[in-house]
Amino acid sequence: MSLQPTLAAANGADAASHEEPVFYDNGDHHPQQGTLLGFWLYLMSDCLIFAVLFATYAVLGRSYAAGPSGADLFDLQLVAFNTALLLLSSITYGFAMIGAQNKRKAQVLGWLGVTGLLGLGFLAIEIYEFAHLIHQGAGPQRSAFLSAFFTLVGTHGLHVTFGCIWLVTLMFQVKKYGLIAENRRRLMCLSMFWHFLDVVWIGVFTFVYLMGVLP
Amino acid sequence: MSATGHHHEHDHQHGHASRDGHGDHAHHDHHDHHDDGDHYHFSVKGYVQGFILSVILTAIPFWLVMGNVLPTPGLTAFVILGFAAVQIVVHMIYFLHMNSKIEGGWSMLALIFTIALVVIMLAGSIWVMYHLNTNMMPTHDMRAMP
Repeated sequence: MSLQPTLAAANGADAASHEEPVFYDNGDHHPQQGTLLGFWLYLMSDCLIFAVLFATYAVLGRSYAAGPSGADLFDLQLVAFNTALLLLSSITYGFAMIGAQNKRKAQVLGWLGVTGLLGLGFLAIEIYEFAHLIHQGAGPQRSAFLSAFFTLVGTHGLHVTFGCIWLVTLMFQVKKYGLIAENRRRLMCLSMFWHFLDVVWIGVFTFVYLMGVLP
Repeated sequence: MSATGHHHEHDHQHGHASRDGHGDHAHHDHHDHHDDGDHYHFSVKGYVQGFILSVILTAIPFWLVMGNVLPTPGLTAFVILGFAAVQIVVHMIYFLHMNSKIEGGWSMLALIFTIALVVIMLAGSIWVMYHLNTNMMPTHDMRAMP
């Protein structure tokens, strides 16, 4: 009751100051803006999840419980190869985005396919690495270091898995409906997701693998 | 967070006129130089430059660690963390196309806020927990236990 007159008065004052309605929004902007900003905010919250896992690893990463250390377990050549796959997949996704920009459907589908294969290659190597560690008796139950390691690297791998599923879904979407505005928006979101995972991997290979083998 | 800020600003300027406009918050006061920042432009050149930079910034840390190039592990750790920080910035600029203009600056604001939280969380956790370790844990070699 008491709020109503105030609002009306404010509106009245506002209307009085402009004699004609003034439209500040000329309607000439991307319709997908809201989605992209929202997706960016999701990525930032995902970034916090990874930050927590990195902090956990930073605290527990040297608690070996008389078990094996990073220097005993990590195969840096395999990690370097995995990193190369993920870096390559970033630029191939970029080429798919350039294809989408130029409205070339075949180029988009081709480069998305290459990106997906590189992503699957990355996952295959990571699964091999995990299986090898568990087979050696260095599973997540072995020590706080290994728990933190499997959680952090596994969460990243899970993200890549969902990225691959999303990528295949989008390939079918693009194949069926073409490069319509909705699909270009989805491609843009996946682009941000994919490159974001690459950024997280920079932290993983530096902080977990490279610093893990240092004495 | 962003919604409150932007509606508040609008209410000052022109009442309810733009309550349901979502993307217009940055348009009303800088029409001319803003529009280009909202359109993403992808170029082969940009991606190739970013890729070459990130290959270099990845290869050097691996070489430093695998070849035992630097005299102490502490120095190696410090240098490779520096390379990682630079590479993250390179990826942000060349692959994620980050700048202060996209989404009217809200992306950058969210990023800065997130970086602040991450730094507080990481630095705080490491600082506190390492001190807990030195203050509370008796130092003994587990391998010498029966």
